[in-house]
Amino acid sequence: MQPYSKHTSIAAAMNRANVDTDQIIPKQFLKKVERTGFGQHLFHDWRFTDDAGKIDNPEFELNNPKFAGAKILVTGDNFGCGSSREHAPWAIEDYGFNTIVSTSFADIFYNNCFKNGILPIVVSPAELDSLMAEINGNEGVEFTVDLEGQSLTTPGGLSISFELDAVRKSNLALGLDDIGQTMQHVDQITAYETKHKAQFPWLWANANG
Amino acid sequence: MSTQPKTMYEKIWDSHFVHQEEGQAPLLYVDRHLMHEVTSPQAFEGLKLSGRPVRNKHSILATLDHCVPTKMLDRINLPDPIGAKQVATMIQNCKENDLELYEMDSQNNGIIHVVVPEHGFVHPGMVTVCGDSHTATHGAFGALAFGIGTSEVEHVMATQTLPQMKSKTMLVKVDGELSPLSTAKDIALAIIGKIGTAGGNGHVIEFGGEAIRALSMEGRMTLCNMAIEGGARAGLVAPDEKTYAFLEGKEYAPSAEYWDDAVAYWKSLPSDDGAVFDTVVELDAAEIAPQVTWGTSPEQVVAVNASVPAPADFDTAGKANACQSALDYMGLEAGTPMTDVKVDYVFLGSCTNSRLEDFRAAAAVAKGTKVADGVTAIAVPGSYQVKKDAEAEGIDKIFMDAGWEWREPGCSMCLAMNGDQLKPGERCASTSNRNFEGRQGKGGRTHLVSPAMAAATAAAGHFVDIRTL
Repeated sequence: MQPYSKHTSIAAAMNRANVDTDQIIPKQFLKKVERTGFGQHLFHDWRFTDDAGKIDNPEFELNNPKFAGAKILVTGDNFGCGSSREHAPWAIEDYGFNTIVSTSFADIFYNNCFKNGILPIVVSPAELDSLMAEINGNEGVEFTVDLEGQSLTTPGGLSISFELDAVRKSNLALGLDDIGQTMQHVDQITAYETKHKAQFPWLWANANG
Repeated sequence: MSTQPKTMYEKIWDSHFVHQEEGQAPLLYVDRHLMHEVTSPQAFEGLKLSGRPVRNKHSILATLDHCVPTKMLDRINLPDPIGAKQVATMIQNCKENDLELYEMDSQNNGIIHVVVPEHGFVHPGMVTVCGDSHTATHGAFGALAFGIGTSEVEHVMATQTLPQMKSKTMLVKVDGELSPLSTAKDIALAIIGKIGTAGGNGHVIEFGGEAIRALSMEGRMTLCNMAIEGGARAGLVAPDEKTYAFLEGKEYAPSAEYWDDAVAYWKSLPSDDGAVFDTVVELDAAEIAPQVTWGTSPEQVVAVNASVPAPADFDTAGKANACQSALDYMGLEAGTPMTDVKVDYVFLGSCTNSRLEDFRAAAAVAKGTKVADGVTAIAVPGSYQVKKDAEAEGIDKIFMDAGWEWREPGCSMCLAMNGDQLKPGERCASTSNRNFEGRQGKGGRTHLVSPAMAAATAAAGHFVDIRTL
């Protein structure tokens, strides 16, 4: 996982509420054996006019050329609802986003974001409206996200501070996923294993020879 | 100094606690990690991308089961290219990481939750995980066994631990004597009918009482397997002489050198007298008739001699609505006796009911019968070991003489990923675990039953109260 650092990036607006994980990554793409490569299928049914995903739908927000290269997605209420599939944040991250701004997120999706280096920022409805207006009224708007300072600032002069759990913040900043976090306790795990081997030698004696 | 009496779950939890960092979930040590081809590929990819090795390859046992065809010719040339890719990926991942894999042509191959006990890989007191919700099966041995997601599969491979919040405990006590024609499957369905599919949410269930003690190890596996259908992540049965006898001499069981120490430890595991459970549920085994589900959730279940319920039979609007939509999907009329409901298909198999005991029970009923006109019946052993043992007893011949198809092992029609599936509108008596909409094929209608009930249904073409045969 990449460490999350302060950045200034193009923000894309997708003003839709209740975007569910089936829309983020439809089920026909769940049979892949890789965790990577889901970005090409992100929002497939909205994004393309054909099943093969070759013809862009010009009506779809993210196909607007002014959002090319965007890292920040500004979107509506209850983003990421539906199934627990981790393919959803995999697709978002693979497409190129590392920040999602909304008024609220579904629980499981919110948790999954942190496992994949994505910062979900919760703002008030009024703040969301202002952000949307600024993006829609200008070309190639770039927002600045400062994880350390927990702030989002815009060229139009908006400065929004956001809440974030301290452990999650630190893990994002260091690029530590859950595994990375657990690996910090590898000494305790090793110590446990030593004790466990002494207490239950039969678990180890004939384990695969 | 007195110590607080503990439940078996608490004992296993305490002995696997590794560390807790302030503000974070406790880390629990994992002894055994079971794998199949569907939920592991991204976990292996994640390990590779991050350059992390598998911490303890000896903790892992893998098989191919979900995508594998149950017809021999199709096993040699897999007809589904996506399934074939998953199988090839699993073989490659196991080879690269030096993990033991029971490939399709191995005599050890079969459904993960069938082959693991056959090799004695899970012992009492272990923490066991698998990217599969039916991992609960191994609770039959007094092991804490539960299903996990793909990120967690990777987490366990890398660290041999999982961050876990402690569950609540539920004791399901089944006393009395089960009638000879009711089985562990009927106990499981009766419990789910009583507590509901969300009844065990947030809990680990311990099954106790004289009817549970009386069950064979196979029966206990069937029961714990369906703990997840009652909402619990795990089910547990205290180990006893049957458990020790089952494990002794198996490939991965403790060797003679350690056997006595292991048994002594296992004897310390059962819940202490006076241990307190958060929830207690009691059932009388004598009242448990053979069960059959009528709806699209395992809690929508009745005794086989009962009728299809009506929405008005339920006390909440939610359950009444669920009843109506289930009746619509299942194509059933309220008030129809279950024994009048005709089937198109019978499936004997799945990690719930595909062990030798299940095949013996079904064969005893199938012997000398013929599959009813218009009905397709397939028997899918849980493993090659089960298949070989059944064939040695002539069980294959009983089924084939009765007009059943005798297949190669795999998950098959339980989740219909391998090509074995219902057509829209077809109705199936199934020994599997989930009667969800579309589970056995789009538009398919599933009724969960025990193996003996499945065999009787195949012969009659409709559900039968086996107590009247």
